[in-house]
Formats: sequence, C-alpha cells, structure tokens
Amino acid sequence: MEPEPFPDFLDPSERPGPEYLLHLYITGATPNSTRAVRNIKDICEQHLKGRYELLIIDVYQQPELAQEHDLIGVPTLIKLRPGLVRRMVGDFTDRARVLKALGVVSPLDDPAGHE
Amino acid sequence: MQEYSSSASSTLPQLPKAPTGIEGLDEITEGGLPKGRPTLVCGSAGCGKTLMGIEFLVRGITEFDEPGVLMAFEETAEELTANVASLGFDLKDLQARRMLRVDHVHVDRSEIEETGEYDLEGLFIRLGYAIDSIGAKRVVLDTIESLFSGFPNESVLRSEIRRLFRWLKDKGVTTIITAERGDGTLTRQGLEEYVSDCVILLDNRVIDQITTRRLRVVKYRGSTHGTNEYPYLITGEGISVLPVTSLRLEHQVSNDVVSSGVPALDEMFGRRGFFVGSSVLVTGTAGTAKTTLAASFAQQICQEGKRCLFFAFEESPQQLMRNMASVSIGLENHVAEGRLRIEASRPTLNGLEQHLVTLHRLVKEFRPDAVVIDPITNLITVGNLSEVRSMLTRLIDFLKVSGITAYFTALVNGGMGRAEMTEEGVSSLVDTWISVRDLEGVGERNRGLSILKSRGMAHSNQVREFIVTDGGIELLDVVLGPTGIVTGASRLTQQLEEHAQALAAQQEAERRDRELARRRRMLEANIANLRTEFESVEEELRQISTHEQTRQEALQTGKQRIVAANPPAVKTPPTGQPGN
Repeated sequence: MEPEPFPDFLDPSERPGPEYLLHLYITGATPNSTRAVRNIKDICEQHLKGRYELLIIDVYQQPELAQEHDLIGVPTLIKLRPGLVRRMVGDFTDRARVLKALGVVSPLDDPAGHE
Repeated sequence: MQEYSSSASSTLPQLPKAPTGIEGLDEITEGGLPKGRPTLVCGSAGCGKTLMGIEFLVRGITEFDEPGVLMAFEETAEELTANVASLGFDLKDLQARRMLRVDHVHVDRSEIEETGEYDLEGLFIRLGYAIDSIGAKRVVLDTIESLFSGFPNESVLRSEIRRLFRWLKDKGVTTIITAERGDGTLTRQGLEEYVSDCVILLDNRVIDQITTRRLRVVKYRGSTHGTNEYPYLITGEGISVLPVTSLRLEHQVSNDVVSSGVPALDEMFGRRGFFVGSSVLVTGTAGTAKTTLAASFAQQICQEGKRCLFFAFEESPQQLMRNMASVSIGLENHVAEGRLRIEASRPTLNGLEQHLVTLHRLVKEFRPDAVVIDPITNLITVGNLSEVRSMLTRLIDFLKVSGITAYFTALVNGGMGRAEMTEEGVSSLVDTWISVRDLEGVGERNRGLSILKSRGMAHSNQVREFIVTDGGIELLDVVLGPTGIVTGASRLTQQLEEHAQALAAQQEAERRDRELARRRRMLEANIANLRTEFESVEEELRQISTHEQTRQEALQTGKQRIVAANPPAVKTPPTGQPGN
C-alpha cells in the first residue's frame, strides 16, 4: 500500500496486477453457482481478456468470509478494481447489466449481446 | 378449563419452552417462547422490538446459559452496543466471552446489482457459521424485512425467507424475528405467513397524551397463553410486562393480626387489628385525616420493628414528616433507622404502568411488611378509570401474593349517596374498608369513622367520632343524644348538659345530706336539752331526798341526844313513870 498521490483510476497502467480485480463468491456446486461461474468466465473472456483477475471463492469452505464480506445473496461478484467497489448478485444471465456494472463499454453492447 | 390443562400436562409432555427471562413475559406465555422455533415480534416504530430481541439474548446468556446470535439488519454492532449499554447489557463483554455474536448485515439497494438468479445462501452460511461457532441456542433476526428494500426480487426473497425459517427450526434454535407493523397486517411483508408458531404484537398507543405500550400474544401454537393486551414498560432494567391480573386467587393467608396504630380503632375490630397481608382501604372526603390514619399505621408497623414503604403522592417526605410530627407521629426516627421508606412523587411523573413498576421494584428491593399508598385516587390523573382499576387490581394482587399488608387511602367526592363508593371500584378488592367522613351539623364539621367491611372478623357497627389531637388520633366514646349519636359541639353540649345534670343531682344529694345532718343535730340538741332538763330535775329530786335524809338523821340524832340527857328509868327509879 504505497501512498498514491492521485486516485487509482487515473493511471491504471502503472499499477501492478491486472486492471480488473473480481471476487466471485459461490456456494459449492449449486445450479446458480455453476451457472454464475460459467457466465462470468464467459463475459470476462469475451470483454476483458487479459485485463482481469478473477478469484472464485467457495463460501461453504470458508464460511467466516461470508460475514467479513457481508454476503447475503449468492452468487455475489465483488468488483474491487477499477473504480468504486461494486457488488453484483445473481448468475450473470443479464449480461447488459453485468457489463454496465463492470464499467465495460462493449462494442457488442446491443440487443444482440443478450444472445 | 384450568383443571383440564393441568391434568393433561401431567400425562402428556408439554411443548418445550425457552424462558425469555423478560419480566412478566414468561408468565403470559406460561413459560417462554416455543423452544427451537421461530417467534415473530412485530410492532410499529419505537415499540422496543429490537430491545426485546436483545434482552431475550442477553437474559438467555446470563440466566439460562444459552449462547445467542444477533443478526442485525438495521443497526451496526457498535450502535446496538451503545444503545443497550444504558440497560446494563454489556454486549462487548458477552462477545468477548464467546456467548454472543453480533452480525450486522448491511443491505443497500444502491450497492447491489441484480444480474440474474440468486439465493440468500450467504445469509444462511453466515448465520450457520455464527451459530455453530459459539453453539448458539437463541437467534434474533432484527428486522429481516430490510432485505426487501435491498433485493427487489420479491418472489426469491419470500421463498428464501420461508426456507430460512424452516432451516432455523431444523437447527433447533429458538428464534425471534422482529418486523415492522404493516398497514392492516401484522407485518409489512406478511412475514406472519411464514412464522406460525408464536406471534407477539407490540403496540404503542397515545391516549390522552399518555403513551402506553402494550403487548399481546396473537398466537401461540401448541400452548395456552394470556390473550389480553398487557401493558409493558421499558425500564432501566429492560422490558417489564405486567400481567393485568394474576389468573388465580390462591395466595397464602395469614392468621396474624397487625394493629392499625390507633388503639381505639383496633378495638372496633373483632381481632383488634387487620389481618397481616390483607388490604385496607380508607376512604374519605378531603381533610378527614386519611393521611394521618395512614401515618399512624406506618408508625405502628415501624414500632413493631417491621418495615414499611410509604408512597406519598401528595406530599414530600419532609412535609409529611413535619405534618405528622405535629400530631405526635414521629416518622423521622424510623426513616433514619431504615424501617420506613417514603417515596414521594407526583402521579403525573409517570404513566400508571411506570408507577406499578416502580412499586414492584421498590417492594422487591425494600422487602417491606406493609405498603401505604396515599392516596390511590391521585393516580386517576394519569389514566382513565378502567386503567386505574386494572392497575390497582394488579397491585393488590401483587401485594397479597407477597403477603404484604396494604394500606390505601382514597379520596371520595362528598356528594350525597356516593360517599361510600370509590370511583376506582377497588372497594370490592380490599378486605377491610374504613370510611372516614365529615359529619356536618350545627355549624361545624366533625370527623366520623366507621368500618364498612372487614373480611373474616367481626367489627363494630358504630360511627365513632375521632379527633386529631396533639397526641395523635383519638377515637371518642360514643355519645348518644336524643337523636342518635352526637358529635362535635352537640356532643359537647350533650356532655355539658349531662355534666350539669349530674352536678345538680349531686348538689341535691349533698343538700339532702346536709338537711339530714342538720336534723340530726337539731334532734341531738333537743335530746341534750331534755337530758339536761331531766338531769336538773333529777338533781333537784336527789337534793330533796338528801335534805329529807339529812333532816331525818338530824331528827334521829336529836332524839338520841335527848335520850342521852335523860337516862332511862332502869338505872334510876323512874320518876313519874310507873315503873312496873
């Protein structure tokens, strides 16, 4: 945590690690969770290829994290970078909303994007 | 009904209950909340839902050694800790001792983006982890309805909440779920549909500018429960629910008797006093020395070495002591020695329930043998009639069950015919009822005292006049005049008259005595006179006879002398005499 004279998002290239840092909390192999993993991986690969780090956490394995990260709905995706921390809950079938929340403006962001 | 349930309980296992430890609530629910099941506590804002939840947890930990989990959706752990610190609940310490876990669930619509299907498994995991980590037996979900503001997908929420309650039931934890009261429904989101075991409704009503909180057990599956609305209070020690009436009348009774503090009054009772643990009501119009009677009683109790709690709703302790000192009722000593405690407050200081709670608290704290309330009528200023009546019923019940002699005074309106009716209608509840009243007539007022009833002992039926003197209360002997019992000036007149009559009679007797003496003296004088007369006559006669005798003797002597001078012829020849 070196002191930053400016907010992070001004110069993302200088920062270590990938541009997007995403934490996905799932609960084992429930249908919602497996779907969510599949969907988010798909989205990331499609729109953020090479620019993201996705961490998938199974809360069943680490239940203490649930309180720590204030989880209610599952699956939850927490976008830690870039910009403000945002939370998304659901299995990411609504791609437009996911992308909007991620702050990704996609060239495919049209009705066709919903597939 | 009662018999049926009690006989059933002896044969069949009853629904297990988790005592809440909240004062009065366990009485209403007959043992507590359903163990291992969820209970819904609903009410409008400011009812104390959260507090009830926290108290349930804290008491569970401190009194029943059952760890608890608090899941707060509205307030953070720090806020909650600060809020209940004033009640003496140290949440931090309980958390440090691993008896309590507080989990604040932050729900913010703006931070949550719904992107598809989801469930609330996160909540389950958190709760499950918290429960398992400390072995919790009790759980409080403080306003789970907040989720509805964060998650727009209602159908998911509903099914998940239903699943949560089921899950909690399976886990066997006793749960309180709080919910805000909705419009026309018990809860805003209709949670009562899901929680079907026990529903408690809290209510906060303002009537005549006085707020009363009330609690009602709407339903309780598998158990009987009190069905009324019970007033409850948030006191310095938590929630206190007051059952309006104890359901049974089975208090222990004492056969001992306690003096009223006025010897002459004691004599009016067959057993010379009141039964210990009974309730005594003194009613009277203004200025009929009700307080003085009450103070005499308090003094008597203290003099016997017992303890007395005196609630003064009209006078401050200092004023009361000063005033009573003027009639030789010394209360200071007893106060100083801790036998007498005077609690003075304006009735308007608190609501009725608060008064009752104060009473309960002080009685438990001070453990008095007698309680004096002077006067109960003033309570009417803070409640309506039925409320006051129910409060007094509860109070009398409470004191009776505790075996404490209760002494109440009540002011009655001097209206004709109503003088013997207390407005509060408590007269039927008390065991002994003494009425003091003004007997007005011939330009003055006098105090009359009579016993209207005294359960379990004979009592005098006379109206006795009593006066408050420098030496205390004195009951006067009954003075009967031509028109019945007379009092005051009439009594004095009557007494004077009688006195005058007695005096006259005495004087007459004395006069007769003197007359007799005089006669005797006269007679004696006469007798003396006669005797003197007789004596003089006797003397005279004696003198005469003496003279006669003297004369006779002189004659005899003379004769003998003559004989001596002329010797007889025997020796000398008689001369002139034929000596033959």
